[in-house]
Amino acid sequence: MGDWLDANLVGVVNGFAIGFLLFIVAVGLSLVFGMMDVLNLAHGALFLTGAYVGAAVVGGDASWGGFLGALGLAAGLGLAGGVLLSALTEPLRRRSHLDQALLTLGVTLVVAELLVIAYGDDPLSVGAPPGLDGSVPVLGAAYPVYRLALIGVGALLAVAVFVLVERTDMGALIRATVADRDMVAAIGVDNRLVRVRVFAAGSMLAATAGVLGGPIYGARPGLDATILILALVVVVVGGLGSVRGALVGALLIGQVDSLGRSLLPDAAPFVLFGSLALVLVLRPQGLFGGRGVARA
Amino acid sequence: MTALLEVRALCAGYAGSQVLDGVDLDLERGSGLGLLGRNGAGKSTLVLTLMGLVPATSGTVRLDGAPLPRRPHLVARAGVAVVPQGRRLWPPLTVAEHLRLAHRGTGTWTPATVLDLLPQLAARRHQPAAHLSGGEQQMLAIARALLTNPRLVLLDEPSDGLAPAVVDTIAEVVLRLRAEGVPVLLVEQDLRLAFTVCDEIAVMERGTIVHRAATAAFRADPATAHRLLGVA
Repeated sequence: MGDWLDANLVGVVNGFAIGFLLFIVAVGLSLVFGMMDVLNLAHGALFLTGAYVGAAVVGGDASWGGFLGALGLAAGLGLAGGVLLSALTEPLRRRSHLDQALLTLGVTLVVAELLVIAYGDDPLSVGAPPGLDGSVPVLGAAYPVYRLALIGVGALLAVAVFVLVERTDMGALIRATVADRDMVAAIGVDNRLVRVRVFAAGSMLAATAGVLGGPIYGARPGLDATILILALVVVVVGGLGSVRGALVGALLIGQVDSLGRSLLPDAAPFVLFGSLALVLVLRPQGLFGGRGVARA
Repeated sequence: MTALLEVRALCAGYAGSQVLDGVDLDLERGSGLGLLGRNGAGKSTLVLTLMGLVPATSGTVRLDGAPLPRRPHLVARAGVAVVPQGRRLWPPLTVAEHLRLAHRGTGTWTPATVLDLLPQLAARRHQPAAHLSGGEQQMLAIARALLTNPRLVLLDEPSDGLAPAVVDTIAEVVLRLRAEGVPVLLVEQDLRLAFTVCDEIAVMERGTIVHRAATAAFRADPATAHRLLGVA
């Protein structure tokens, strides 16, 4: 076990970095789907928008001002995008997931195409801010500092989201809406407002994750689909509408993705979807999902 | 004096099938109406339609002379509260969280006064609703409705599957509400509870109200009860 860990420590740490990034993307997707039963396939486009904001504002030669500015701009765009997506999907709320998927997939295609028109087909890089752009020795191997910082930021965000949803009255309202939104309306709360806020906050997190993931993934066409699929796997594995499920699912899928690539490079996609299939067979409601019962 | 609740020719249904077929109903302040009827007669649909959770297809509902809004959160704000069939609590939320979220208005009911009335909940404040007994869950569903400080309370089979001691507590709550002028519409299979707390009994059949009588008159006429409900 000790030898194995020595050999794969970089893979494991990478898995945590990817896992926390995935959590930031997936938690909004999970809450919106679990809460309002809206399948938002445009979630990947929000991440992609954040990534191109990072590439445009920060570029390859990063400064702290540029990086923080990009985070702020992406957060603003994400908020606005979330409000817009909430309004677009509201009329489809009582229709099938297929209708919602078609609409939000269409939004994704439009956004992705507009970004290609604006920035071209070539992958763009996003630099890490000064001080985080070097590497540190980790058990003899050089490891990028930025990924360690990403683990720290991701863990802080995870704690913040968890406290908000699990320990505050606003969070209780979100969990109640996930569990039975009609009864939330029956105590006099307009659950459309709850929905818009969660949609906006989740979209903001997805767009900022695009900037945060920039130094790892850069910005390129197709990144939205890659991230959306990983996030959907996280949501299905963790269980709908559950913050704890999104966190555990994201960390698990981060490890599966990272270790799968380093240990079984040829079979990596099979390992990822194989683990999804395994969860679906053993626990179809996800690790932390209940039937009609969501836990934070 | 006009009735607090006036329902006229109310129709509603789900995708293609009409469940409510012209319901007329009046409820005076402080009155208790027991709504009986066989399964599928439309009792629960009437409760959900009044609450705005099933859309009405036609008809009017007025509360204190004003048309009742259509959207459920506005119905709740207008002063209607529901204790739905199956309780429909929020399982992961604690008792205290249920009480805090539901509290609105400046009336009699606050988390403290509700816990005075239903002391069995006080000891379980920090438990998730999913961990409560059936009786405690029903008490919590009632507490959640009271905390909106309603002008009208709709109860759908609150005694379902509960021990007699719990049913006595439910009876106590209904009588207390009525004494404060809040009318109660009680859908029940348990005739004993309906007869104890209601001054009138109505019977639904195929989406409409087919019989209405004072409780004493209804009890004195077992032939009618048997014909409408299939019970003695």
